Amino acid sequence: MMAETASVQVKKHVKIRENQVFNAVTAFFLLLFSLVILIPVWNVLVSSFSNAQELPNVTLWPRGFTLENYKAVFRDSSLAQAFGISTAKTVIGVVTHLAVTSMAAYAMSKSNLAGRKFYTALGIVTLFFSGGMVPTYLLYRQLGLLDNFMVFILPQLFSYYDMIIIMNFFRDIPPSLEESAQIDGASVWQMFTKIVLPLSKPVLATIALFNGVFQWNDYMTTKMFVNTKSLYPIQMKLYEIIVQSQTQSMNDLTAGAVLPTSTHSIQLATIVVTALPIIIVYPFLQKYFVSGMTLGAVKG
Amino acid sequence: MKNFKTQSPSPKIRQQLTLQAMVWPALACMIVFTYLPFYGLTVAFKNYSVMDTMQTSKWVGMQNFLTAFKDQFFWNSVLNTLGISFLKLLIGFPLPIIIAVLMWNMKGMFKNAVGIILYLPHFLSWVVLGGMMTSWLATTGILSKFLVGVGVLSAPGNFLINANQYWWVAVLSDVWKETGWNTIIYTAALTGIDPTYYEAARIDGAGKLRQFWYITLPMIRRIIALNFILTIGGLLNSNLDQAMVLINPLNRSKAEVINSYVYTVGLQQGDFGYSTAVGLFVSVISLILVLVTNFVTKKLNDNETVF
Repeated sequence: MMAETASVQVKKHVKIRENQVFNAVTAFFLLLFSLVILIPVWNVLVSSFSNAQELPNVTLWPRGFTLENYKAVFRDSSLAQAFGISTAKTVIGVVTHLAVTSMAAYAMSKSNLAGRKFYTALGIVTLFFSGGMVPTYLLYRQLGLLDNFMVFILPQLFSYYDMIIIMNFFRDIPPSLEESAQIDGASVWQMFTKIVLPLSKPVLATIALFNGVFQWNDYMTTKMFVNTKSLYPIQMKLYEIIVQSQTQSMNDLTAGAVLPTSTHSIQLATIVVTALPIIIVYPFLQKYFVSGMTLGAVKG
Repeated sequence: MKNFKTQSPSPKIRQQLTLQAMVWPALACMIVFTYLPFYGLTVAFKNYSVMDTMQTSKWVGMQNFLTAFKDQFFWNSVLNTLGISFLKLLIGFPLPIIIAVLMWNMKGMFKNAVGIILYLPHFLSWVVLGGMMTSWLATTGILSKFLVGVGVLSAPGNFLINANQYWWVAVLSDVWKETGWNTIIYTAALTGIDPTYYEAARIDGAGKLRQFWYITLPMIRRIIALNFILTIGGLLNSNLDQAMVLINPLNRSKAEVINSYVYTVGLQQGDFGYSTAVGLFVSVISLILVLVTNFVTKKLNDNETVF
């Protein structure tokens, strides 16, 4: 009897120890993964505050601390303009995307919408098929969208995927709210703008965030369809700087130079400035991003 | 009955009209930006260059596809795409599952902080990441310093100009960027597991490892299968954003992927017909790939499709 209890006790002890070890190992690996992400990003940040000549020696602390790189970035008026284009395309893009997509979502949330099945079929096809790069280019050329600011806005007006997410949210709103408004004589449009939209802020915020990040980060649209430099958003500007400094370092390599040039420092400062808006808002809005991701996954 | 025609439409019809009008803008967008380009796919069967229009270009049948078959640069880009995709599958597929399970075992502040850090790179654009990579991977960058420091490398080098290392650069940078974000879907699935299973297992004396093997893994099997199918279907999808930033003349032979090849031949060199044919060919293969994997998993899963 005594022996049995003792063995159970020992077993329990072993289990607890096993769990503690498990937790410690888990924490260790998660910490390691976090460092693998943080250290490189930190390295870029401190490098951007370092003197160009000291760059090869920078690891975790700025060498020859300077703000010169940032001053050079802000002195460049074309970068300020690119920042303006990025802001404009993000703000206008998000607002118009939300307007078109949520309107369609409201209509599609009504099961008495005539032709609903047809619209659904049309939409589902857009989820899986696209004409591809060249047909899209030829179309934009014909529509006059090449070298036109509207190329950032018009193709992004509607997304069927986002519509499904918003529509599912609309459907969860109790129908009694709309019914009573209807009895009071509210029109469809009034019910949409006065009742449904104000109740749907969480889902609209989520979609706005995803679309906003896309608009801010997107550079392929510019690379493919825009040649006019005054229409370049900040990402495209950064892309040019990177390509330029890579060519330069390749020339340096063949010329046998060891010291990095100031192009590298300016590139680093531009990177920080370009990523900053997202890095600043991201931690506060993280929960919306995560919820949006699971919304789409579970319901879509 | 007399004044029937002069009556305004009934409220029902008026309602329906408003609703219809709310769909029209979306409908117009889909037709213009998704359906009209389908017509442009006919270019794949034409000899169509920069100077041509839809009317002046000549039909050439399957000639563009035959050219693609004999084009060694095209096959090289297919090889690079597949190589990068398979390595990505090997590393990038299991890693999010492992991290999701690890994070799920943690609680409170620590878990939240790790989450914020791991999801962060997903929100950096490929241009920003590519720019950061040019400094990390340079001869004087931190990666060289680290690898020389721990004794893996004997001398520092620039990883971006060495074509033979490019696949790994592409794969690992993609994994670095997306692994954290890809855990979210598994985290959501893990939260859905009934905690009483674990309580029962604990009472029966199962440790964490056994709980993982006998409860966690079977419970998230379906979402793993779904993700697997999507990944297989996307094997021929190359990351154009990534390729455009990281490609340079020295690594192009290993870095040119299908998408970037279509871009170079189509939009840069203006051979619209040929590059459309290449894109269309790859899309059709991708579609077949998805259908086949879906069919196979259906057979394996007792006729339950994941779609």
